[in-house]
Amino acid sequence: MFGKISFNRKQVIDIGIDKTLETVSQEKINKAIERVLKKEASARLKVFVETCMRCGMCTNSCHHYLGHENDPTYAPAAKVKQTIWDILSKRGNVSKEDIKKYARIAFTECNLCRRCVQFCPFGIDIAYLISLVRRICCLIGVVPQYIYDQVLSHMQTTNMLWFRQDEWLDTIQWLEDELKTEIKNGKIPVGKKDAEVLYLAHGLEAKYMTGLLINMAKIMNVAKIDWTVPDTDGWDYTVKALYAQDLETIGKVIRTHYETALRLNVKRIVIGECGHAFRTAIYEGVRYLGWKEPPIPYIHGVEFFYELIRDRKIKIAKKIKEPVTIQDPCNIIRYKGMGKMLRYIVRELCENIIEMTPNDDHNYCCAAGGGMIDAGPPWKTARIEGGKVKAEQIRDTGAKIVIAPCHTCHKGIEDLNDYYKLGVHVKFLLDIIVEVMEIPEHMRA
Amino acid sequence: MEQFLKDPSIYTLARGPLVWIAFLVFFVGMFYRIWKVLTLAKKEKIIYPYLSLKYTLRSITHWIIPYASISMRRHPWFTIITFVFHICLIFTPIFLLAHIELWYESWKIRWWSLPQSIADVMTVTVILCAILLLIRRVIQSDVRFLSTKGDYFALVITVLPFITGFLAHHELLLDYKIMLLIHFISGEIMLILIPFTKLSHMFLFWLTRAHTGSEFGAVRHSRDY
Repeated sequence: MFGKISFNRKQVIDIGIDKTLETVSQEKINKAIERVLKKEASARLKVFVETCMRCGMCTNSCHHYLGHENDPTYAPAAKVKQTIWDILSKRGNVSKEDIKKYARIAFTECNLCRRCVQFCPFGIDIAYLISLVRRICCLIGVVPQYIYDQVLSHMQTTNMLWFRQDEWLDTIQWLEDELKTEIKNGKIPVGKKDAEVLYLAHGLEAKYMTGLLINMAKIMNVAKIDWTVPDTDGWDYTVKALYAQDLETIGKVIRTHYETALRLNVKRIVIGECGHAFRTAIYEGVRYLGWKEPPIPYIHGVEFFYELIRDRKIKIAKKIKEPVTIQDPCNIIRYKGMGKMLRYIVRELCENIIEMTPNDDHNYCCAAGGGMIDAGPPWKTARIEGGKVKAEQIRDTGAKIVIAPCHTCHKGIEDLNDYYKLGVHVKFLLDIIVEVMEIPEHMRA
Repeated sequence: MEQFLKDPSIYTLARGPLVWIAFLVFFVGMFYRIWKVLTLAKKEKIIYPYLSLKYTLRSITHWIIPYASISMRRHPWFTIITFVFHICLIFTPIFLLAHIELWYESWKIRWWSLPQSIADVMTVTVILCAILLLIRRVIQSDVRFLSTKGDYFALVITVLPFITGFLAHHELLLDYKIMLLIHFISGEIMLILIPFTKLSHMFLFWLTRAHTGSEFGAVRHSRDY
């Protein structure tokens, strides 16, 4: 009962963390800590650290804590204790071993889902404190390699997978050809001025998941939306720099998105089903750029589909009969309250909906978010273990389909499905809409 | 104060001037801390533009009413203990007859007081709750892992004036005057330390809830309770 509690983890080698630390100087570490804790952070850091009464109310709100047999070192406040408080109590004089531990906790044991904030009597934003740790690690250069590579790609190409501008244009061209095999005169307008909607794609939609982009184009064509995609860099809505807390790159990417929209003089930006990009574009990004709100409306896929279905721009031919359940992605539900819209859409598309408990804005994270899935294969076990609660929630519903309107949740739950043998199909709203919507006869190729 | 000037002793010092010093440090310290936080928040740039009175009040309401948040419903025992603890902690000293008489002696003001028997029950309740909170801190592994010396210290500092006050009133353990002296000093130490220790959560609570409540309600359209 009174045994000593210590930080015990299986060793995992991540070259972005371990190799980088070999070459980092102590001076660089001290400088990064000084910059983040003394210059960048102020009121929130100070008040949050001083107000926490170590009451432990946040403890069992965390899926990582629950997924690791109630190991106290995974509790939200414990993660702050082992990082920020540790740095403060050592007055910034921390060793490389310490940084390694901080990086592991901040990048691979917290999804920045903010569920614990809802459980804290003081409303202490633990996710913010953990992002400060990531920021420190980022300035030192200690970031999981898979995340870092994508951030570097964003720095140079504004997309996540080193795609060149001509490759994007070429991709759109052949995707339009594919679209035409199904939709008569189907179009993917590129760089069209004054359109209603500028559609930005997920990086993967241009490479490995092109089916999603084609499906989106189908919906746009059937709903007769005046739309376009960018003809320049900045077509990829993802912002992996968020995960590393590389604020400068976040600023660069988000600025490019808004500038592209303003140059093309569109009415609004629409993105697909993605959590982190949406959140960065309307919060972290705009705030970094010094704006209170986005300069033009930035619409998430859920909001967009909600409008289309509500206004009967697309008609549903037949509803899905199999039992479905809904995954509430933190970044659009807890961060933007889209729970009701999401449920409206699902009710229009499916007959048999079984909710998870808890759900909506008290949902559990999929354990893949906040960069954990982007941290790549070395950290897969971490998120599989952390996702145990989510897997049990899904199993308890008995649903055959999980609707996950977020790329990260989607892939994260697919992995949970494989590991925990849940026997479900994970689908985007987009997949289902295209499956059930009515395509008028005259539009069919 | 007059008593001290007539008969300077450590007892009259603790009963008079030190009380005023303690109140002065408490109020000045508290307002200084609040002012400091508000200025720092301006520097942070993203606090003020998003503040919303409506959602600040929503947030505070849900956290000062027992079981109005999902978190409190998940921790029924801890919630009841902390609520009873805080209520007795705040109201007993304010409405204690002996304290009101001291105010009357100095400023000729008085207000409603608690019947002595109820005040006794409330004092014992504070002590019992503190013991329960202490036991929880030691036994529950996640809380034990988080706890530092400061947390135990804050609990002891808070409960000491109640223990000594109770003992003095019932003339237990030590001589009445000596116990009363310890009571004065422990109360003064608590007041002085509030702005500079964990006990500052007393006023910081309202500020953090204002920020988080507004951020959740006005900006992110979700619940923080």
